[in-house]
Amino acid sequence: MANVSGKFAIVGVGETLVGKRPEASTNSLHLEAIRNCLADAGIKASQVDGLLTNQPLNDAHRSYAVRLAHMAGIDPTYATDLALGGATPVALVQHAVMAINTGMANIVMCVHARKRSTPDPSPGYAIRTGDEHWEQPWGHFAAVATHAFTAQRHMYEYGTRSEDLAEIAVATRKHACLNKNATMRKPMTVSDHQQSRMIVAPLRLLDCSLESDGGGAVLVTSAERARDFPKPPVLILGMGQHHPHFSLMDAPSLTTLGGKKSSETAYRMAGLSPKEMDFAEIYDCFTITTLVTLEDYGFCAKGEGKDFVKGGRIEIGGELPVNTHGGLLSQAHLEGMLHVTEAVKQLRGNEVEAERQVANAELGIVSGHGGNLCMHSTLILGAV
Amino acid sequence: MSETQDKRGRPAAKDRPFLDELEAKPFWANLKEHKFTSQRCSACGKFFGFPPQFLCPHCLASEYEWIPLSGKGKVYSFVTYHRAWHPAYQDKVPYNVSLIETEEGVRMMSNVVGCPPEAVKIGMPVEIVYEDFEDYTLPKFRPAT
Ligand SMILES: [Zn+2]
Repeated sequence: MANVSGKFAIVGVGETLVGKRPEASTNSLHLEAIRNCLADAGIKASQVDGLLTNQPLNDAHRSYAVRLAHMAGIDPTYATDLALGGATPVALVQHAVMAINTGMANIVMCVHARKRSTPDPSPGYAIRTGDEHWEQPWGHFAAVATHAFTAQRHMYEYGTRSEDLAEIAVATRKHACLNKNATMRKPMTVSDHQQSRMIVAPLRLLDCSLESDGGGAVLVTSAERARDFPKPPVLILGMGQHHPHFSLMDAPSLTTLGGKKSSETAYRMAGLSPKEMDFAEIYDCFTITTLVTLEDYGFCAKGEGKDFVKGGRIEIGGELPVNTHGGLLSQAHLEGMLHVTEAVKQLRGNEVEAERQVANAELGIVSGHGGNLCMHSTLILGAV
Repeated sequence: MSETQDKRGRPAAKDRPFLDELEAKPFWANLKEHKFTSQRCSACGKFFGFPPQFLCPHCLASEYEWIPLSGKGKVYSFVTYHRAWHPAYQDKVPYNVSLIETEEGVRMMSNVVGCPPEAVKIGMPVEIVYEDFEDYTLPKFRPAT
């Protein structure tokens, strides 16, 4: 099988304003992201022939990719919804590569938006994962609790403390404070984190990400075709996925997740190692997710995440800047779509506020994580 | 808020099990008689684990038996809910939810009851208690005596 590393590229990114968007609908947030992405790439909707999106949260939007394509004036020869939860945005890019590589499409729009901060009336029914009834009768209702099971286990196995998780929240907030399109721009201290109320112990309010309205999109094409686009292409160097369980009840481990195998696949494809990454955009639905993923990605040994995240190491200017946009914790929670767009902007250079530009950013890694800690996707991106 | 979704279109939380699930009917029927059971594959001899399914997750064989479990196990991990996501839990916070690993190696979601949530620890030995409701019985666990 021919290695696709470096043969495909992201040639456009679009982001919407994030936060509370009461005037917008789920559809309009997707369309704004598509419009902004097309403008960035300097092409028209009619030139796009593929569209990928996330499975919506509501069955009124089933077969959403085809619906969105036609709402945006795209006549796709390839379109589908993917359903990997927060691992989807990264997976959209991977599937775009696969579609283009097989000749099913040439220019693929990958778009994701959500409206979770302000009400989103809909005629349909909310989509369930299908096994809530093996959790809810015992009072288990929330994603924060799913992640608290991992935090508890990580604390037990490796001595990680809540104060260590605070370091991640604080560093991420610093970055959000530098991002004009971030929801939370008030500085945070470890003490603020420690004083924030317990939601599901051992996770506190400030371990949790935001609920946001907004969207993002990226445009993928071949590296060859990428030369025709106005902005410098960002090459797709490595890709991986791993989904080691579905239900929390059959997880082989709660402290090593899909990120290990997913990143190993991506590093192998790219011929690169963790040491070579200039920054990392790590899915951070909760602080513990970032900690576990940094370990699974090989930036430090398992159990050493608590030391790795200290001393400014994961801040801009540090050894490995993490979530340079403020992440799901402090910018906005759009299932990591903005982790992808941020990585592209960092690699193109001169597109984010100067104070949060990673110096000499040439290689970056992006993670996606979804469901009951069960789904994982990885992208390694590089500047030309 | 409706029967099926909240005001943001998210699925409404339910506090009772779904008793009509085809695969799980014997599980709930056995519990009603205070028998805690799990499926064991007749071909490969392994336990299916939860949720129940008709074909073995290890070898895809269709033949299995519902085997009584000892009811003894350990806390694999646990959390303490300080916020109620469902009206039925409004007066119950803080409460424990645990991942219990049975002696037989099967894991399930449950609650450790009979001790305050702060007394629960990973590795703690627990044993089953049956909580009876009008039309079903929930398996829960208490610190082993
Ligand atoms: Zn079997």
